[in-house]
Amino acid sequence: MYRYDEFDAEFVRQRVAEFSEQVGRRLDGSLTEDEFKPLRLKNGLYLQLHAYMLRVAVPYGTLNGRQLRQLALIAERFDKGYAHFTTRQNLQFNWPKLKDVPEILGLLADVEMHCIQTSGNCIRNVTSDQFAGVAADEVEDPRITAELIRQWSSLHPEFSWLPRKFKVAVTGAEHDRAAIKVHDLGIRILRHPQTGEAGYEIVVGGGLGRTPMIGKVIREFLPKDELLAYLEAVMRVYNAEGRRDNKYKARVKILVHEIGTDEFRARVEAEYAELDGPTVNAPREELERIGAYFAPPAYEVLPERSERLEAARRTDAGLDLFVRQNGFPHRQPGYIVLTVSLKPIAGVPGDMSDAQMRTFADIAERYSFDELRVSHAQNLVLPHVRQDDVPEVYAALEKAGLATANAGLVTDIIACPGLDYCALATARSIPIAQEISKTFAAPERQQAIGPLQIKISGCINACGHHHVGHIGILGLEKSGKENYQITLGGDATENAALGERLGPGIDADQVPGAIEAIVDAYFNERHEGEEFIATVKRTGLEPFKRRFQAYVAGEAGVGEAA
Amino acid sequence: MSVLIDADGRRDDRFAPVETVEALSLADGPVLVPLTVIDAALADGRNAEIGLLVENHIGIQAIRPYLDRVALVAVAFPSFSDGRGLSIAMRLRRAGFTGTLRARGPVIADQFRDVLACGFDEVELPDELAARQPLEQWQEARDVVTLHYQQSYGHDTSILQRRLAAKARG
Repeated sequence: MYRYDEFDAEFVRQRVAEFSEQVGRRLDGSLTEDEFKPLRLKNGLYLQLHAYMLRVAVPYGTLNGRQLRQLALIAERFDKGYAHFTTRQNLQFNWPKLKDVPEILGLLADVEMHCIQTSGNCIRNVTSDQFAGVAADEVEDPRITAELIRQWSSLHPEFSWLPRKFKVAVTGAEHDRAAIKVHDLGIRILRHPQTGEAGYEIVVGGGLGRTPMIGKVIREFLPKDELLAYLEAVMRVYNAEGRRDNKYKARVKILVHEIGTDEFRARVEAEYAELDGPTVNAPREELERIGAYFAPPAYEVLPERSERLEAARRTDAGLDLFVRQNGFPHRQPGYIVLTVSLKPIAGVPGDMSDAQMRTFADIAERYSFDELRVSHAQNLVLPHVRQDDVPEVYAALEKAGLATANAGLVTDIIACPGLDYCALATARSIPIAQEISKTFAAPERQQAIGPLQIKISGCINACGHHHVGHIGILGLEKSGKENYQITLGGDATENAALGERLGPGIDADQVPGAIEAIVDAYFNERHEGEEFIATVKRTGLEPFKRRFQAYVAGEAGVGEAA
Repeated sequence: MSVLIDADGRRDDRFAPVETVEALSLADGPVLVPLTVIDAALADGRNAEIGLLVENHIGIQAIRPYLDRVALVAVAFPSFSDGRGLSIAMRLRRAGFTGTLRARGPVIADQFRDVLACGFDEVELPDELAARQPLEQWQEARDVVTLHYQQSYGHDTSILQRRLAAKARG
């Protein structure tokens, strides 16, 4: 993984010093609250419902054991003994005190971490595929590009006061696990159909929030050397022309929508034609320098399948289920990728205690070349485990309460913090996730349903990505009471789609039953071996709508799914 | 009134703002005029420098014809959080403007480094803000971060170029 050189390290120290000065100047009145607010947001510091929240960047979701241990220390010393992983591969502390923040930033800098641009109207932390570098369907490790963008976008002189936030995601694989079509700017690494040269497809104007949109391709093939100049052209057009009269219409998706994809593309290309590319683009040596950090670790030469693991699976049903559900094929023979769910039954999605973080750091160091990943589904990943070691890894995870075998299943729920923490929320998210999780707790029941993504947002801003959940749940407030809208058919992959509403909003206590009704409809409609989202796409909404609305109307005979 | 600062400190503002054609004849030194007055000011045969003041939603095409005829372009910053002026500065420098570029409005000290890097020479601040954030804060805020990754902003060497140089030295 990437390691800071002397310049990266000094840069982060300088930013800590700058933020410390800014806090001081707020306290002595040199900065007004209005002036200080965007400065603290650009350093990841929010004022939430009950306290400050500090969001730490986990660039493209890659961490090592030492970093996770430092995060555990911060959780223990400055928070309530836990931290929360977010849908953008970041990590949040929900209870830091303002006076402690400079010290926390110093501790982060000690392990090559920071909070730069995890909030504010700037280019945010760049996200990527949690299986980068290990998935078989990959053209190239997207983290090389993501790291280049992280550096280029950090404290950018021109693009730090944009109309609104700007989120970038990069994937290098055929199957999109980074949701690039619902980002302000998505990058897909692909090979040129004629020359075979690697380059970029550029997608702009996707996003969720109150006006969800799927991004549009504005460049089908961009040579790799030209990336930063092209991004500068996109950002300059957006900075100059994005709407600033209404913050709800200020994202780039609205500009693209209002002027049209062709016009947006034309303006970017006109700006790009005037740019002096070579003065902007990174020299090839820089990409090579970054790329060297992402070279594969020193794998052992092993047989494709581990007999040791096969034998252990035959005698341990729990291990067998865990490998089947949370395992992902590694491109290196004899290795496996393991998703480690942060969604225990009735738990808080994405939460991890300091003790769990320390245990997990040990496991990653010992069994995964000291590397771990954060996924946008708020889970962790051990990217390089020897299949031979899986029984020991499973035992260690189980002891730490981290062996829930539900990756991608109905209880692997994405949820924003909601009204339990967030000042913007209109309804609770976490308790809804917990109730659904309890309802579908039985492993056999989850297995019978198969892959099904539920995503919950506690307000229209859609941090829980409900628009792209197979089942989406949006919590609103209606006449002083929480009310939940259910959508169906969303998809965040290369087949990106926005979910559609099944009917009127329902009360919190009806949500688990409504999910059961939807699952019932799936059981009625599905063909042999057909996954939930495939059935929805084939049948359309109608059968689900009928069942859902019958449930809401209180008819008998529903709510008895598998 | 306002306060003018540049990379070296406080400066006197020799440009007098003039908002209408009628008021032009009342000013005899250098004037700062909006687009609605610039043609009259240039046609006036004045024996003093002329500055052009532009709003930050104005496209470069509207400004381009004047670039080799004015000594100064001032770009209005209606609010510190509106970054459009930074892109205008980049485009003006790219269009070949070599005169003085001024950011005019309630920019904050924390933006001084970026304003200079995007091609501005000076900042004209409202008195209230200048009193609250004295000159030393501007200099400190500018100097607290000396490293930058971007290659095409400002005059000093980017981190990427420093890396190349370090590698060449071995």
